[in-house]
Amino acid sequence: MKGLKFVMTGILFGIVMSKSEAISWYLIQEMFRFQSFHMYGLMGTAVTLGALAVFLIKKFQLRDVQGEPIQFQPKEKGITRYLAGGIIFGLGWALVGSCPGPLFVNLGHGYWAILVAIAGGLLGTYFYGVVRDRLPH
Amino acid sequence: MIEYISQPWPWYVSGAVIALVMVLLLFFGKSFGFSSNFRVICAACGAGRQVPFFRFNWKAQTWNLLFLVGAVLGGWISEEFLQNGEAVQISQNTIQDLRQLGFAAPQGLQPEELFGAEALGSVPGLLLLLVGGLLIGFGTRYAGGCTSGHAISGLSNLQLPSLIAVIGFFIGGLITTHLVFPLLFS
Repeated sequence: MKGLKFVMTGILFGIVMSKSEAISWYLIQEMFRFQSFHMYGLMGTAVTLGALAVFLIKKFQLRDVQGEPIQFQPKEKGITRYLAGGIIFGLGWALVGSCPGPLFVNLGHGYWAILVAIAGGLLGTYFYGVVRDRLPH
Repeated sequence: MIEYISQPWPWYVSGAVIALVMVLLLFFGKSFGFSSNFRVICAACGAGRQVPFFRFNWKAQTWNLLFLVGAVLGGWISEEFLQNGEAVQISQNTIQDLRQLGFAAPQGLQPEELFGAEALGSVPGLLLLLVGGLLIGFGTRYAGGCTSGHAISGLSNLQLPSLIAVIGFFIGGLITTHLVFPLLFS
């Protein structure tokens, strides 16, 4: 079962997002009101350790489980798409209180109403695909 | 042990486990980025017939759909087996701010006002979730990633575009929280 490791990693992700309470609308509100350090500490720790791991992987040219060198795709240069897209994303993030991962973790918690937001996410992605060529990037 | 991990996890443990998730995916030869799944699902549903953006080999992304299934299962496991039965703890200031907008103090993980049966049965409640979802789906693809792809994977790889995107995420979130919410909920 080659796919099982991805399911297991997803489960770990679902549990950490739940137990850190980062999937809660209340914590996202607390974060955007700068009234707690929790979410900043969480992201800061993840990025600091993540950056250290990426540095070590590059330095020692580590390989993945298939024996292929681990490669990193640099993001395309630009400002407009990242800033405009980022702001649009942020508007929705604070409204629903979940980013894409937590939308699905909340589904596991039995918050069925979040299916409406997931449907919105799919429609929004589809709409982007339709108007993509007419947008500045 | 179960009792111990059923407590809310501190930020430094949570942050370390999130970094571990990213590193595990790197060692599996993949890149952590959740919102790509929206594009994959659109493509799998046949959106490529009308829109070229969805014409790609989505089957190569099956691993990410499996990760998504795991995320749902992880939520379910947390709900069923790792609960301490207490409402989320947020600061008194947040409770007061939210009370002014008509939200009661937390009773659980999510506000009933937005995710309860009553919200599902009301047009404004449904619209809020739908519009929020639309903005998330559109914005994340326009920006080329979400919190996982940019804030975690991108920043860990010291990508300037990701930093710009994350600044955008916060500008948008601050606008909704401080300018839109007072109009919506008062």
